[in-house]
Amino acid sequence: MTLSVAVEHEQGAFRLDARFECGEGVTALFGQSGAGKSTIVNAIAGLLRPRQGRIALNDEVLFSANRGIHVPARKRRFGYVFQEGRLFPHLTVRQNLVYARLFGARIAAGEFNHIVELLGLGELLERRPAQLSGGEKQRVAIGRALLAQPRLLLLDEPLASLDGHRRNEIMQYIELMRDEVRIPIVYVSHSVEEVVRLAATVVLIAAGKVAAMGEVEEIMGRPDLRAAAGIFEGGTVIDARVTGQDMQYELATLAFNGGVLTVTNLDALIGEPVRVRIRARDVSIALDAPRGISIQNMLRGRIAAIEAARGGIVDVTIAIGAISLRSRVTQRAADQLALAPGLEVHALIKAVSLDRHGAAAR
Amino acid sequence: MPLVSAAELDVILLSLKVALWSVIASLPPAIAAAYLLARRDFPGKSLVDAVIHLPLVLPPVVVGYFLLLLLGRRGPLGAWLEEWFGIVVAFRWTGAAIACAVMGFPLMVRAIRLSMEAIDPRLEAAAETLGAGRLGVFVTITLPLALPGIFTGILLSFARSLGEFGATITFVSNIPGETETLPLAIYALTQVPGGDAQALRLCVISIILSLAALLVSEALVRRAGRRILGYDAVGRG
Repeated sequence: MTLSVAVEHEQGAFRLDARFECGEGVTALFGQSGAGKSTIVNAIAGLLRPRQGRIALNDEVLFSANRGIHVPARKRRFGYVFQEGRLFPHLTVRQNLVYARLFGARIAAGEFNHIVELLGLGELLERRPAQLSGGEKQRVAIGRALLAQPRLLLLDEPLASLDGHRRNEIMQYIELMRDEVRIPIVYVSHSVEEVVRLAATVVLIAAGKVAAMGEVEEIMGRPDLRAAAGIFEGGTVIDARVTGQDMQYELATLAFNGGVLTVTNLDALIGEPVRVRIRARDVSIALDAPRGISIQNMLRGRIAAIEAARGGIVDVTIAIGAISLRSRVTQRAADQLALAPGLEVHALIKAVSLDRHGAAAR
Repeated sequence: MPLVSAAELDVILLSLKVALWSVIASLPPAIAAAYLLARRDFPGKSLVDAVIHLPLVLPPVVVGYFLLLLLGRRGPLGAWLEEWFGIVVAFRWTGAAIACAVMGFPLMVRAIRLSMEAIDPRLEAAAETLGAGRLGVFVTITLPLALPGIFTGILLSFARSLGEFGATITFVSNIPGETETLPLAIYALTQVPGGDAQALRLCVISIILSLAALLVSEALVRRAGRRILGYDAVGRG
């Protein structure tokens, strides 16, 4: 299944001109607020009719300005999870979940029970939306979209209205769902954390245009895209696999193409793939392997590049195996150590800086 | 001695019948008009809005007189109705109900419209993504969420009908047993010597009826609001 999107639209002074494709798995529409992400999603859903362009799922054209085609939202069968949930306040959770049944969706009892169990909604079925917490509302909203038997799922900042704890909880449910359903998922977000954790592909939207498109590891690591993405924290995204767990110290060992990392407090089983984002400022550099130090992660590599950032700060790229690890140090430290491309160094990373927000089960 | 005399009971029952039918007749068009004004854009919208509000600002006598011109046996619509369907409304209780319906219409539309405008249109968009068409969205989302406004509109129009005087007396006159509703009966009693005591009795009855209508409507509005806000869902499916 491939969704191809090409939309041009104008709203006041804002111009949108974006084209991209997404397949199965999660594609993140990533960018700062006001970049045009929601407009794109509304166009895909059929809630907004763009001025120009073409939107198609496989060979089925859903919108074509040239041919005058605009399939209405109700006929697209695209599940949509909104930022604010948008549960129907006069209906119970159960009635919200099966709402699509009124309009032709056939929901088997088994299917209903499965979704209720997957999203942990059993206790909530007879309640009304006003009696739910923010996180519960979003779970119901996800269930409602899934039970409409969508061919595609759109999630527009589904975590934006939640606090840190609830975010993490809903993210776990979204991960479960992502691994269960075999349909393309378009996930809109301005949060690096969410995108790194959930998405396989990123479409970076900046000022109404597609600034870049590609695999999460590649896009999130590119320093030239940081301004467009609104990431002020440079970093490296590493795909790894859990190879060991230390129950006594609550630590996990991750192997990646270039070495081994020790991280804290990870909800993942041995053998599971995980993705870790290491912030550049959490990486220190040593010329020799230091001794008598609390650092748990020491990776040997060779400096590939050094570039001055601003305000006495430099960004150092260290090649470790197949990984380009980014480290942010002061200009003075770089001068004192005489850092230069080609120099062999040790990258030091505190295990506690790689917590459950940086490392996540995939 | 019974609480109310047979003549008084006739007046009360006729008033209730007229008010009830005026509400029943005006509810569907009022919901349609409120929906059009709240949710649709069309050319001439402000003109339609103004026309709907006319009975609110015109002297009721003027409305009654226009109804007489239009629906009287020699009026264009009245003559047509009589010729084709044998329906006569002038000087009948049905005419009184029509006069009340016209007078209460703007109040009803206004209450329903306000409550429809308060509904978040994003809920309706969400329903669309779940497969609902325009009619489906209206029936399953807009209408139930507008229920408090609909109940309020029904009450306002019902109360207006119970108290309607000017348009009714102009259009259908004061015929005891046919068009003599409570206000007309009270007025007639104040015009005859010694009728004051009876007029006062009817006034009290009129107050009781209005209060009862108000209480029932309040209870319905609160119940509908609670359902929507959900803070009473304990023990209710």
